[in-house]
Amino acid sequence: MLRYIFRRVLFLIPVLVGVAFCVFLLLYLTPGDPAKMVLGDLATEQAIQEFREKEGLNDPFWIRFGKYVYKAVVKGDIGRSYSSKTPVMKELMAAFPATIKLSGFAMIIAVIIGLPCGIISAIKQYSVFDTITMIFAMIGLSMPVFWLGLLMILLFSVKLRWLPSSGFDTFKAMILPSFALSAQAISMVTRMTRSSMLEVIRADYIRTVRAKGQTERVVIWGHALHNALIPVMTIVGLQFGHLLSGAMLTESIFAVPGLGRLMVTSIMARDYPMVQGAVLFVATAFSVVNLLVDILYAYVDPRIKAQYK
Amino acid sequence: MAELNVTETQLRKQRGPFAEVMHRLSKSPLAMFGLGFIFLLVFCAVFANWLAPYPFAKQNLLHMFELPSAKYWLGTDEFGRDILSRLIFGARVSLQVGFIAVGISLIVGGLLGAFAGFYGGTLDNMIMRVMDVLLAIPQTLLAIAIAAALGPGLYNLMIAVGISAVPNYARIVRGSVLSIRGMEYVEAARAVGSSDLRIILRHIIPNSMAPIIVQSTLGVASAILNAAGLSFIGLGIQPPNPEWGAMLSGGRQYIRDFPHLTLYPGLAIMLTILALNFLGDGLRDALDPKLKR
Repeated sequence: MLRYIFRRVLFLIPVLVGVAFCVFLLLYLTPGDPAKMVLGDLATEQAIQEFREKEGLNDPFWIRFGKYVYKAVVKGDIGRSYSSKTPVMKELMAAFPATIKLSGFAMIIAVIIGLPCGIISAIKQYSVFDTITMIFAMIGLSMPVFWLGLLMILLFSVKLRWLPSSGFDTFKAMILPSFALSAQAISMVTRMTRSSMLEVIRADYIRTVRAKGQTERVVIWGHALHNALIPVMTIVGLQFGHLLSGAMLTESIFAVPGLGRLMVTSIMARDYPMVQGAVLFVATAFSVVNLLVDILYAYVDPRIKAQYK
Repeated sequence: MAELNVTETQLRKQRGPFAEVMHRLSKSPLAMFGLGFIFLLVFCAVFANWLAPYPFAKQNLLHMFELPSAKYWLGTDEFGRDILSRLIFGARVSLQVGFIAVGISLIVGGLLGAFAGFYGGTLDNMIMRVMDVLLAIPQTLLAIAIAAALGPGLYNLMIAVGISAVPNYARIVRGSVLSIRGMEYVEAARAVGSSDLRIILRHIIPNSMAPIIVQSTLGVASAILNAAGLSFIGLGIQPPNPEWGAMLSGGRQYIRDFPHLTLYPGLAIMLTILALNFLGDGLRDALDPKLKR
C-alpha cells in the first residue's frame, strides 16, 4: 500500500511540471506585450525595456521556464502580480478559501441529495420515482451553471427577497451559489449511483445473499451499497475538478471573492503571472484530490490493494 | 409460427446497420425528442435569413426592453433588437461551434488515440503521458486558458473548446482500438497480408465507431455549453454577433426589471444541451444492445 501511494505521489511531479509547461507556453504565445499592459500606453521605450529586463521577459523561452519552475519548487515563489504587485501566492491563498468552501459545499449537497436519489432509483427501477429522478438528473446535467445562478437570483433574491444575490461572507449568502454550482454534480452522482447500483444488484453474490433468505434491507445496505459506492467515489473525485472550474462562472455571477473571479479579472488584465499561478494552483488541487480518491479507492477495494502488496 | 419467425429474421437481416440503429433509437421517445429538436435547430440555423422576422443586429431604440408581444414574439433587448431573431441566428453560431469544435477534438484526439492504441510501446506512452498532463487541468479551465491566449472570436472559440476536449477523445479511441487490435479478425486480416493502413481503415475504424459516436454526441452538448460559458465571461463571440451565452451575459445587468432578456437565451441553451444529451443516451443504448438492461 505504501509503495502504491509513493508511486502515485512521485507520478504527480512530472504531471505538474507538464501543466506548468503548458500554461507557460500558452501565455508565451499570447499576443500582447505584458510590459505595455502593465506600464500603460504612455510608457517610454526605456521604461518598457527596464521592465522587460527586470522581469526577465527578454530571456529565451527555456531559461524563463526553468527559472519559473526553479523558483516555484525551491522558494514557493510563483511571481508577482503585474497589476497589484503583490506575490501571486499570497493573492491565491487569500482567494482560495472562498472557492474551496463553495466547491466543498456544492459537493456535500451533491452527495446528500444524489446518493439517496440514485439508490432509490436503482432499487425501484422503472418506477415513477425513477423516471422523474432521471429526467430531472438530465435537466440538471444540461443546465448551464450561469443561467441557473441567474434564475435563482431572480426567484430568491429579486422576487421573494429571501436570500442575498451576492457576496460569500454569511451563511445565507453561501446558499444560492452552492446550490447553483451543485446542480450538475447532483445529477452526475445520482446517475452514477443508480447505474452502479443496478450493476451490483444483478451480480451473482447478491443473488446468493437473496437465495440464502436475507431480508431486502440486509441485501441492499449490507452487501450491495458497499460495492456500488466504489465507482461513485471516482465520479465524486472527478466532479471536484468540474466544480472548481464551474466555480469560476458561479463566482462571477454571485460576486464571490474566490479564485475564479480572480482568474477572470486577471485574464482580462493580461496579468500573466497571476493566470499562470491560478491555473497551476487549480490543477494541483485537482490532481491532489484525484490522488486522494485513488488511494481511498485502493483502500476500499481489496482487488487493487492486492496488486501492490 | 416458425415460418413467421424466419421472415422476421430475414427482414431484420435486410436492414443495414444504420437502419437497424435508427429502428432501435425510434423506440426511445426521449431520444426521438432530442433528434427532432436538433433537426429543428439545424433547420433554423440553415434558413435563419428567411425565418427570422428581423435582422439580428437591427436596433430600434424606440422599442427597447419590450415584453413579448405579437410584433416581437419574445420581446426586445437593451438596444431594441428582436430577441427571437437573435436566438434563431444564435442557433447558427452555437451549432457551428458545437460541431466544429467536436470535429477538431475528434480529428486530433482520434488520430492520437488511434496511433497510441495501434502501435503501442513508446509512442503510446509518450502520447498518453501528454494527455495525462492535459487531463490534470479541468476541461473548462483549459478552454478558458486557451481562449485567453488566442483572444476572442468565433474561430478561436472553436479551437479553444475543441483542443480542451482532445484528451477525452484520445483516451476513448485508444481504448477501443486496443480492444479491437487483439481481435481474431484483425489477426486474420494481417495473416492474409493486409497493410497497416488497410487494417486501420477497413477493420479498426468501423468497429470502434460506436463509443466514438456516443462520445461525440455528448461532446457537442458540452462544447456548446463550454462555448456559451466562455462567451458569458467575455472570451468568446463579441457583440453585436448573436451568441446565446453572450446574450445572457448582456441581459444580466437588467435581470431585476427585464428578466426576459436572460430567460430565453438560457432556455435555448438548456433545451439544446438537453436534446443532445437525450440523443446521446439513446444512441448509447441503440448502438450497444448488450448494455441495454
